[in-house]
Amino acid sequence: MTISLNLRSESRRALRAARLEEFKRFARRFRRNGPGMVGLSIILLLLLCAAFAPLLATHDPYMPSLQDRLSAPGVEFWLGADELGRDIYSRILYGSRLTLIIVLQVVAIAAPIGLIIGAASGTCGGLLDKVFMRVTDVFLAVPKLLLALAFVAALGPGIFNAILAITLTAWPPYARMARAEALALRNADYVNAVRLAGASEPYIIAYHIIPMCLSSVIVRMTLDMAGIILIATGLGFIGLGAQPPLPEWGAMISTGRKFIFDQWWVATMPGIAIFLVCLGFNLLGDAMRDLLDPHLRQRA
Amino acid sequence: MSETPLVQVENLRISFPREDGTQHEAVAGVTFSAGREKLGIVGESGSGKSLSTRALMGVLPDYAHVSADRLQFRDTDLLTASPAEKRRLRGGRMGMILQDPKFSLNPVQRVGWQIVEAIRIGNPSIGRLAARNKAVDMLEAVHIRNPQQVFDLYPHQVSGGMGQRVMIAMMMAREPDILVADEPTSALDVTVRNQVLSIMEEMVTRRNAGLILISHDLKLISSFCDRVLVMYRGRIVESLTSGDLHKAQHPYTRGLIACLPSIDGPLDPLPVLKREESWAASETHHDPR
Repeated sequence: MTISLNLRSESRRALRAARLEEFKRFARRFRRNGPGMVGLSIILLLLLCAAFAPLLATHDPYMPSLQDRLSAPGVEFWLGADELGRDIYSRILYGSRLTLIIVLQVVAIAAPIGLIIGAASGTCGGLLDKVFMRVTDVFLAVPKLLLALAFVAALGPGIFNAILAITLTAWPPYARMARAEALALRNADYVNAVRLAGASEPYIIAYHIIPMCLSSVIVRMTLDMAGIILIATGLGFIGLGAQPPLPEWGAMISTGRKFIFDQWWVATMPGIAIFLVCLGFNLLGDAMRDLLDPHLRQRA
Repeated sequence: MSETPLVQVENLRISFPREDGTQHEAVAGVTFSAGREKLGIVGESGSGKSLSTRALMGVLPDYAHVSADRLQFRDTDLLTASPAEKRRLRGGRMGMILQDPKFSLNPVQRVGWQIVEAIRIGNPSIGRLAARNKAVDMLEAVHIRNPQQVFDLYPHQVSGGMGQRVMIAMMMAREPDILVADEPTSALDVTVRNQVLSIMEEMVTRRNAGLILISHDLKLISSFCDRVLVMYRGRIVESLTSGDLHKAQHPYTRGLIACLPSIDGPLDPLPVLKREESWAASETHHDPR
């Protein structure tokens, strides 16, 4: 018994070492991927900004000071001040928290919903598949931003309604993807082997189909984040997302619109922030796809 | 044999839809029964061997059209049984070893975990550790020398023979009454093949279970099984006890036997197998039992 236990812990140790080695190899390949590293640094910077916003901010993001309104970028206001004299730099820092909350919540809700619906309809087929896929078709037929707009208009403006609305528009592509993967898997012999062992369909979906879909869903999630940020800021811009005085980037651009010719920094600074973060997520997503897909590995 | 057979199949037909809407009949009226014995099914590729047994297990793709006068496992009529009833039979009462371990083991899960999974589906109340120990015991029973290490490997890390043995362990873990082995040895070399077959034989005799072995290899089947069914183009053309192979009546079986080289035979080229259209159309042979 001790011998077998030793063997077991030894094989576990070997396995852990192999895992670590695998991870190191992945990290090495990732380091060689220049754009991927740029993307990763941008995202890390965003995370740091969100985490340490109170420490990094030079002013209170909500406190108006009317004598400083629309000050140009300088020593006192690094990125200028907006129409109520609030520091744009500090507001962008706090806004990064809102952006992260929206993106992560949407992805955390939409991806599992899409995954379960897609895997179930791909595996079971029949009527279930028809119903789910037609619903998906309906959602895919309407432009995302328009659909989100309609939902927010119905639910009322606000940051959590915006999250809900974006989630409702974000799940169908995941469902489509998971279904395609499930269709290829459901008659695979190893799925049949589990079926032959007497497993029920829900068991097969949960333990065999969904884990196999995960890797493509993760890549898709990273690539989707930029789009979600754009929709969220778009909703903020037209006043249906986060409500003032919340420092949401889209809402900040919207207030700066009035001064764009004379005080360009009010609208431009949050715009640059949105641009950088979207670029970061896209570069990171591209690098992930290149590195996680074995077919593209030679190129990476 | 006086005992009622475990499996009874009468006039089984399986067809697939063609592009133009007509049906392609892949299995055209197969009748056989199997008891607690070793039954071999031989035939060339596409003769319907695998399809017939997969229909029995109920794992054909949905677009296959299956009809039969009778498809019975012990007292259960598989034609009318609900999916849940059939699911209860699968694994615990009827097991099937699939052809190729490369495709029939989940590539992203440890092989040991897959055996544990099969055990826990059959007995959800079994503890994690108990299931693990049982899986290791099963691996040991199929002559894997270091089961603890193999348990933690992924399918691509084990050899074909080991993968096949893992499959056998997975299906034998539940001690089914009848085990269908669909070309379990076609991917293996001769020594491993004999090993794998002897493992299966050992388990089947110990548990007094039935075995249906599907193979291309007439010689292997005739030496291993008690009875042999010969299939050709979706029909059973002949049924023989393996000792009576030389008494084969049907020209197709005789042709197959004539094609086997023997070590002290004449040095002339082996005859080429002739196929005749009439065999497929002729009256299906009925399993005498």
